Amino acid sequence: MWIYEKKLQYPVRVSKCDPMMARYLIEQYGGADGELAAALRYLNQRYTLPEKVIAIVNDIGTEELAHLEMIATMIYKLTKDATPDQLIEAGLGAHYANHDKALFFHNAAGAPFTATYFQAKGDPIADLYEDVAAEEKARATYQWLINMTDDVDLIDSLTFLREREIVHSQRFREAAEMLKADQQTKKIF
Amino acid sequence: MTHASSWTDEQKHKYYELMQEIQETDFVLVELNLYLDTHPDDQSAIAQYNQFVQKSMTLKHHFQSMFGPLYHFGNSYSPSPFAWKEAPWPWQV
Amino acid sequence: MYTTRKSYTPFVGPFDPCPPVRVKTYETPPQLYMGFQPCGLPQFQPKEALRHGTLWPALFAPYTNPYEQGGNRE
Repeated sequence: MWIYEKKLQYPVRVSKCDPMMARYLIEQYGGADGELAAALRYLNQRYTLPEKVIAIVNDIGTEELAHLEMIATMIYKLTKDATPDQLIEAGLGAHYANHDKALFFHNAAGAPFTATYFQAKGDPIADLYEDVAAEEKARATYQWLINMTDDVDLIDSLTFLREREIVHSQRFREAAEMLKADQQTKKIF
Repeated sequence: MTHASSWTDEQKHKYYELMQEIQETDFVLVELNLYLDTHPDDQSAIAQYNQFVQKSMTLKHHFQSMFGPLYHFGNSYSPSPFAWKEAPWPWQV
Repeated sequence: MYTTRKSYTPFVGPFDPCPPVRVKTYETPPQLYMGFQPCGLPQFQPKEALRHGTLWPALFAPYTNPYEQGGNRE
């Protein structure tokens, strides 16, 4: 099970009311390379992986839930006090018509979240290499999001999340190396 | 323990200061944990991990005595009335 | 040592409608080079670690908007 902690992993501040940026940040909430897809991908793969890499996949999957909460916090703060007119102007009129200010798992273009965004092949090398690729794609998405805003506080939080993708990629690469390594000490029963 | 809406400026300041310190300490723990998942025999990283576990517990004990439980489901003691349900939630601060 | 940003020059066609982007960049952060992380790498202090998003300077890759430095522009 999981225990909820009443804290964010990293403080999230936004310095201006900018619902249009919220519209783009949704990509990392319910998009193909977003934090939900990441968390579900890893937490689902862990059941069928070799024992020595279960912990890293389990723990990164858990950290992704904390990142999902950070993205949600950004979107919540950016839209919290926006009027319907401001939301329409920001291109969120269609979102408002269906959801008001509620967050919803879809990408920046409005396509709803789908389980087909990630795989579970059951082959540990295939799964870990998908995980490395997923981290690099999320890193790239954070770069494009940073390029779209001049809000220094938002850039600060997005830069933290981008760096986490780098560290996760490093650990998945190490996990793949652990599985590639020759088994020097063969256990004979 | 006072409700968040009636915190003094001093209490607000203390909340953010302690929270920041907890976030810093727990971040080191996340990093060491992921590292140890792939480096389980690094003795000095294990010692550092245990040292930060202790530091984190001390900080959280202090925070919770001032601002209420950080954890649910039995992982924090509760004052009366049951303080877990009180704001602020993480996305509100 | 390596750089965390590389560049290339995209093809410029004679009939491209927009002013050409002469130089494009992409990021090459440290995890592409590190291999299995060695033990005992230098660490940031906790405050700096949180700010950087990693405990190890060797895994830290700064990122700035390349469009703001003319990196992707004329």
